[in-house]
Amino acid sequence: MTVKTLLTGVAALGLLSGVAHAQDRTVNVYNWSDYIDESILEDFTKETGIKVVYDVFDSNEVLETKLLAGGTGYDVVVPTGTFLARQIQAGAFTELDKSKLSNLSNMWKDIEERVEKYDPGNAYSINYMWGTTGIGYNVEKVKEALGEDAPVDSWDLLFKPENIEKLKDCGVFMLDAPTEMIPAALNYLGLDPDSKDRGEIEQAGELLKSIRPSIQKYHSSEYINALANGDICVAVGWSGDVLQARDRAAEADNGVTVEYVIPKEGAQMWFDQMAIPADAPNMEEAHEFLNYIMRPDVMAKASNFVYYANGNEASKELLNEDVIGDKAIYPDEATVGNLFTTTPYPPKVQRVVTRTWTAVKSGQ
Amino acid sequence: MDTEHVAAPARRSPGAWLLIAVPYFWLFLFFLAPFLIVVKISLSQTAIAIPPYVPTFDLSEGWQAFQEALSAFSFENYVWLTEDALYWRSYLSSVSIAAVSTLITLLIGYPIAYGMARSPQSWRPTLLMLVILPFWTSFLIRVYAWIGILKNEGLLNQLLLTFGLINEPLVILNTNIAVYIGIVYSYLPFLVLPLYASLERLDGTLLEAAEDLGCPSWKAFWKITVPLSLPGIIAGCFLVFIPAVGEFVIPDLLGGSDTLMIGKTLWVEFFNNRDWPVSSAVAVILLLILVIPIVLFQNQQQKMSEKEG
Repeated sequence: MTVKTLLTGVAALGLLSGVAHAQDRTVNVYNWSDYIDESILEDFTKETGIKVVYDVFDSNEVLETKLLAGGTGYDVVVPTGTFLARQIQAGAFTELDKSKLSNLSNMWKDIEERVEKYDPGNAYSINYMWGTTGIGYNVEKVKEALGEDAPVDSWDLLFKPENIEKLKDCGVFMLDAPTEMIPAALNYLGLDPDSKDRGEIEQAGELLKSIRPSIQKYHSSEYINALANGDICVAVGWSGDVLQARDRAAEADNGVTVEYVIPKEGAQMWFDQMAIPADAPNMEEAHEFLNYIMRPDVMAKASNFVYYANGNEASKELLNEDVIGDKAIYPDEATVGNLFTTTPYPPKVQRVVTRTWTAVKSGQ
Repeated sequence: MDTEHVAAPARRSPGAWLLIAVPYFWLFLFFLAPFLIVVKISLSQTAIAIPPYVPTFDLSEGWQAFQEALSAFSFENYVWLTEDALYWRSYLSSVSIAAVSTLITLLIGYPIAYGMARSPQSWRPTLLMLVILPFWTSFLIRVYAWIGILKNEGLLNQLLLTFGLINEPLVILNTNIAVYIGIVYSYLPFLVLPLYASLERLDGTLLEAAEDLGCPSWKAFWKITVPLSLPGIIAGCFLVFIPAVGEFVIPDLLGGSDTLMIGKTLWVEFFNNRDWPVSSAVAVILLLILVIPIVLFQNQQQKMSEKEG
């Protein structure tokens, strides 16, 4: 009896170690929070036997600090284009071995062309999701404050003092990200949103400062809940996040209607790119993961879950109608023509940008 | 007499030296060495590289390269700190927020420590336990809990509204008041504990003697209790003031966007500007701001005790 138990135990141990051995191959992924359908990771492990260690961040700055310190231990990371460009320059990434990425042919040429600005030749990264930075608003509350003809399709809603002052009491949030807000202000002023000129950046800062008293909070993720709960009426936010708020409100059936709009003056278009750090411990597995992600059905599953557009042309026909058919996610040609992109700031200008942003936030 | 006292340490046995060496080694490894690394980075320049500054030392490149790297050091970052008012305002507002918080903590902590020291002997372990109890919950969660209490629809406002004490919610969260509340709450035990230790040792017969000689009790408190508990007050205040100056979590979670504290400024320099050299310079200056007054104070204390001795 005892011997039998012992033997069973040993056998079980052997079995366990056998399983552990099969999963010896791992890939460490560092992605944005709330940015994937977790079943994709499970499916990947089932299919390839590679275990996914998944970790999340909520700001490009945190990711970049880790990358620049080196030795992150991550195999796949997801920076936004502007940050990616600087990180490539710093030597943070390894060039992709395209012979291992057979699914590259599924990618969307238009998006790849736009990404060239950050990653020439798309040598270091593949597109995961892309989106815009626009305005999310509570339909009823804005109507209540500004009347039927509220300029909800325009940055006037925020940047015209007479409008935002009326919205102040029901709550206005703004992204705590100078790389989003300063280009938006520059664009509104009719200047180049990608301006690196100190005077122009400070001008944008003045505009943002002038509406500072009406801003309740500068934060880059709280607005999802705040919009969905009806706590605030307007937020500058990322497309998919606002749309998640819209859906949460609809599900909760709490009488709150949230809408996302790309203002007619134009908005920033951004690209979140998957790349492999130069010191990634599992290069082989990282490539397998990227290749898996580029499968049309996988990418469609991800977009259907997070409400962001992806850079995978072949996935389009597999998308749900409420994703592909939504102009807020996949804008039409005319709107796309109005979108702008930005490039990274050189270090000295970066200092001016951050300094300006601190001044805006602290109201000094 | 005195000369003998001074000469005594020279005759220490090897064992005694070893014993002293342990804390020094500890200090060197965990304080001085990291500090020197920070000083070194503060003399460097930012670069788009890994790590994001130059020069970096590569010992394999030999003495020549080391010297070249050394000559590339500059005090440019320290000059930058003086040029931008943001830094001085951050330091000043940090020091003043920390000072005011320390004072409030003292005003609340003294009666608590005094009450504990005067309570029956059998109660004291329990009371001591109660002071330490909050540490069993994570600091971060306790600060987060204050958000729930202080926000516009939070517990405090609901309570005040229910009792009709106010007509509309008080805006406390995201202001400096919330920062004060957070600091006082979080650091209170650090002040109560050393204060209690020194009050407990207080010789009660001194107060009885004062009373016998017709000294009113408030005066006896002021003339006897307070001076004798001074070491406890000082130790407690330092334990509150020093970490409060560099506090980041409390102003970040409870403070508003206009709360200026050096911890937040440092975070922005490090993460948003990825300017490690400037943030290192900020940290070095912060250390000097804290250490110099404390060293001067210690010297003063020593002189005074020598005079008395």
